[in-house]
Amino acid sequence: MQKAETAMKNEKQQSGPFIQRDRNWHPPAYTPTYKTSILRSPQKALLSLDNTLSEMTGPVFGHSLIGELDNDLLQNFSQNGDLPIGERIVVHGRVLDEKGHPVPNVLLELWQANAGGRYRHQKESYIAPLDPNFGGCGRTITDDDGNYTFRTIRPGPYPWPNGVNDWRPAHIHFSVFGQGFAQRLITQMYFEGDPLIARCPILNTIPDQAAIEQLVAPLDMANSLPMDSLAYKFDIVLRGRRSTYFENRREGN
Amino acid sequence: MPQSLNYLKETPSQTAGPYVHIGCTPNFAGIKGVYEQDLGASMVNDKTKGERITIRGSVIDGNGMALKDALVEIWQADSDGLYNSPFETRGTADPNFSGWGRSAGEMDTGEFCFHTIKPGVVPFTDGRPMAPHITFWIVARGINLGLHTRMYFPEENTANQADPVLGRVEHKSRVPTLIAQKDGNDYRFDIHLQGELETVFFDI
Ligand SMILES: [Fe+3]
Repeated sequence: MQKAETAMKNEKQQSGPFIQRDRNWHPPAYTPTYKTSILRSPQKALLSLDNTLSEMTGPVFGHSLIGELDNDLLQNFSQNGDLPIGERIVVHGRVLDEKGHPVPNVLLELWQANAGGRYRHQKESYIAPLDPNFGGCGRTITDDDGNYTFRTIRPGPYPWPNGVNDWRPAHIHFSVFGQGFAQRLITQMYFEGDPLIARCPILNTIPDQAAIEQLVAPLDMANSLPMDSLAYKFDIVLRGRRSTYFENRREGN
Repeated sequence: MPQSLNYLKETPSQTAGPYVHIGCTPNFAGIKGVYEQDLGASMVNDKTKGERITIRGSVIDGNGMALKDALVEIWQADSDGLYNSPFETRGTADPNFSGWGRSAGEMDTGEFCFHTIKPGVVPFTDGRPMAPHITFWIVARGINLGLHTRMYFPEENTANQADPVLGRVEHKSRVPTLIAQKDGNDYRFDIHLQGELETVFFDI
């Protein structure tokens, strides 16, 4: 077992089932304007199930997992101390549940393209160059009040094969762990004011405009670092736990 | 107008995209030196209690092609049926078993692989035992919201017959999509996203 997993927390806290997911708020599985979904979307009804312990629990990681530079994408792939090209930014926010409670110890894993819109990946063929000082991955864990922060460069937009001229708005991918496996979530953060947001076939898989706006981080001048970095604030909401005022009775009683 | 409930909305999901491995398994993706090891690469050590098992399988699209860009995670109880989670209230799980694994799949075939242990029995919401099972979560390019499903064990026929979750599958012909196949000493669990063999996915 790797060192990381021994850092998992194992102290007792309040458990309980999560509030049912609002599937009209999320993108549906089958979204033909995003072509790859056509052959990768389940066609049959999902099996609806109240949470059991298998979903109410999930991996929770300790702060000892995180290395000093894990949340600093400006430096965590730096060669010989050189910095990546691009607009320096701070991204920060809170992870809350649907009832507004902060969620501590949430592991956030991030990945993104470089300032030119190029990913460091062998299957990536976009003409924009790799940046020798930018890896494009990072991670951080929320504190007791659900706060997180990381430093990076603003990623560039990039074209992708879907329609003949589709471009992704600038975005950062987030993988989010909560307290239970039912909360597991992958999403993307976008930047306020990007004109590509309204044209993006992937963002437009989300039916509700208010839900799309929930993924757009505003510029946060109050938290920018003068002469250093602009800041964007991106709050994340995970499923909340149902209140358990009443014990469930065993079936048949 | 009634009062507002003032609940927040869950952050909407977006596809993991083709480069999920950069963020979740960077060493596998060739980005070395940022993290010592990819998270979830190893679930057991030599002190872990329970029967060692290996699970392999593919995530298969509507054309019968195995995905090469998926990320598969599993979550399971230890050999006594306890979860290694702060929200496990029944006892303390085996400290030498993480319960959580992550596989990027083989570079050429996309086949996922987990070296783990056979889980014990966990109670259902009403206290009845659930048959031993492993929860799967699948994300990939083209999957807009991560897919939850479960793998059950073929040798647990009696327990599977009595399992309260399998009992909820309306079309009994689909139950086998949730049961692994024995493949020598290993288990094989293919996940079909579409088609006649479409795996039962859960809204949990
Ligand atoms: Fe992307």
